[in-house]
Amino acid sequence: MTALIQTEGLTLAYGGHTVLHDVNIHINRGEIVTVVGPNGSGKSSLLRALIGAIRPVRGSVHRAAGLRIGYVPQALAIDTTLPLTVARFLNLPARVSRAEGMSALADAGVPELARRQLGALSGGQFQRVLLARALLHSPDILILDEATQGLDQPGAARFYRQIEAVRRARGCAVLMVSHDLHVVMAASDRVLCLNGHVCCEGTPQVVADAPEYRALFGTGTQGALALYRHDHDHSHHDHDHDHDHDHDHAGAHQ
Amino acid sequence: MIDDFIIRAGLAGLGVALAAAPLGCFVVWRRMAYFGDATSHAAILGVALALATDLPVFAGVLAVALAMALLITSLSERQVSSDALLGVLAHSALALGLVAVSLIDGIRVDLESYLFGEILAVSPADLVVIWTGAALVVALLLWRWQALLTATLSPDLATASGISPRREQLVLTLALALTVAVAIKVVGALLIAAMLVIPAATARPFSRTPEAMAAYAVAFGSIAALGGLAGAFALDTPAGPSIVTMAAALFALSAALSPLLRRS
Repeated sequence: MTALIQTEGLTLAYGGHTVLHDVNIHINRGEIVTVVGPNGSGKSSLLRALIGAIRPVRGSVHRAAGLRIGYVPQALAIDTTLPLTVARFLNLPARVSRAEGMSALADAGVPELARRQLGALSGGQFQRVLLARALLHSPDILILDEATQGLDQPGAARFYRQIEAVRRARGCAVLMVSHDLHVVMAASDRVLCLNGHVCCEGTPQVVADAPEYRALFGTGTQGALALYRHDHDHSHHDHDHDHDHDHDHAGAHQ
Repeated sequence: MIDDFIIRAGLAGLGVALAAAPLGCFVVWRRMAYFGDATSHAAILGVALALATDLPVFAGVLAVALAMALLITSLSERQVSSDALLGVLAHSALALGLVAVSLIDGIRVDLESYLFGEILAVSPADLVVIWTGAALVVALLLWRWQALLTATLSPDLATASGISPRREQLVLTLALALTVAVAIKVVGALLIAAMLVIPAATARPFSRTPEAMAAYAVAFGSIAALGGLAGAFALDTPAGPSIVTMAAALFALSAALSPLLRRS
């Protein structure tokens, strides 16, 4: 078995409330896997379990020995009392040479930001700096949790192109959660559709044609509106935890 | 000729500033100010414990401060809103400590010296304790510095890099208890938290990196300690509160200058 990360019967809960159950997935070397699913479907929880931030209530997560993870969180609130330059941030927790730092920033498309304060960056710049940090120490896998949150559509599209370029250049696997279905589906080798469990998975085409996926997202995947047209037979609105986003609710409740 | 006790007081103040200032940076960054309050107020309970059991005051304060800090850490992991809880613990610990000290028979206790410190009565043995404790705190922070910063920035980022945010929290908890035990003789239980927070907050506008902020905080803490002592002599005011007043004056100056320093 050569999977970088594999789960067996993974079940996650917050305060006795199950958010994800019986998840069996594996991520292989070099592939791009996208996790889609409605709001509160357990996407972020899955990623946090994979990096070890949440302990499963049942089942397990296996990481390949010595696996190096480059993690890009959903959002990062920098307290204004903490002075931190981009260059210093790249040295946390392990020190890197100036050249390594600059090359990671260049790969992430923001070579000019090294001396700027982290707290003074725009949303797009900040996400790219997070990506640059994740690229250091030659990660085997990049894990991105809605990394384009807060970016406009062209910004998100540029960000995903950057991810693809990085994968081509470095050959690392990519596991990402996204709401931007139409953009990420095309770029992925495999898609996992999540709604409290794995509804369906496969190539983007297989998933787009799967009845489970269509029940959640409707028949079209061309526009973002497809996300909002799902039937309400899945009671995912009960799963209210901390990864809710306004733009989903705005659409879902129309 | 300067008297020995003045030199000892100055050295004691510098020792406390050395430990409290960099630790105080983490207290500020992680918004743990109330956590510092609760732990330092529990020190009075530690004094009572020490007097009741004939332990050295340092050991009693260290034990109770550590117990309090661990209690708060474990409670705040379980509770979503811990602000009220910290308030309850901070004031309860102080009140309970004052009651406990007064209940101890046969010893006439000068409460004021534990509440506000008695830096002018620092003995050579006290100095050894203060500087050993301060050196331990600084060594602990230097050893864990990178991991502490990462965990402060984001527990998830830390976890993904193989750092346990819980362990780093414990390191800070231990450092805080040590600092409280070291500082009670110098500034007293009521004002220890001030020596944590004020120099760090004063240093912020001058700093572009966490390391610079810690270094400036040590400098401001030291100036406050020595300046406050000098002021206490000149004006015949209590030394502990004078040190904190000096620190507050430096903070006001820094806050006034900060619009001029803001660039990039």
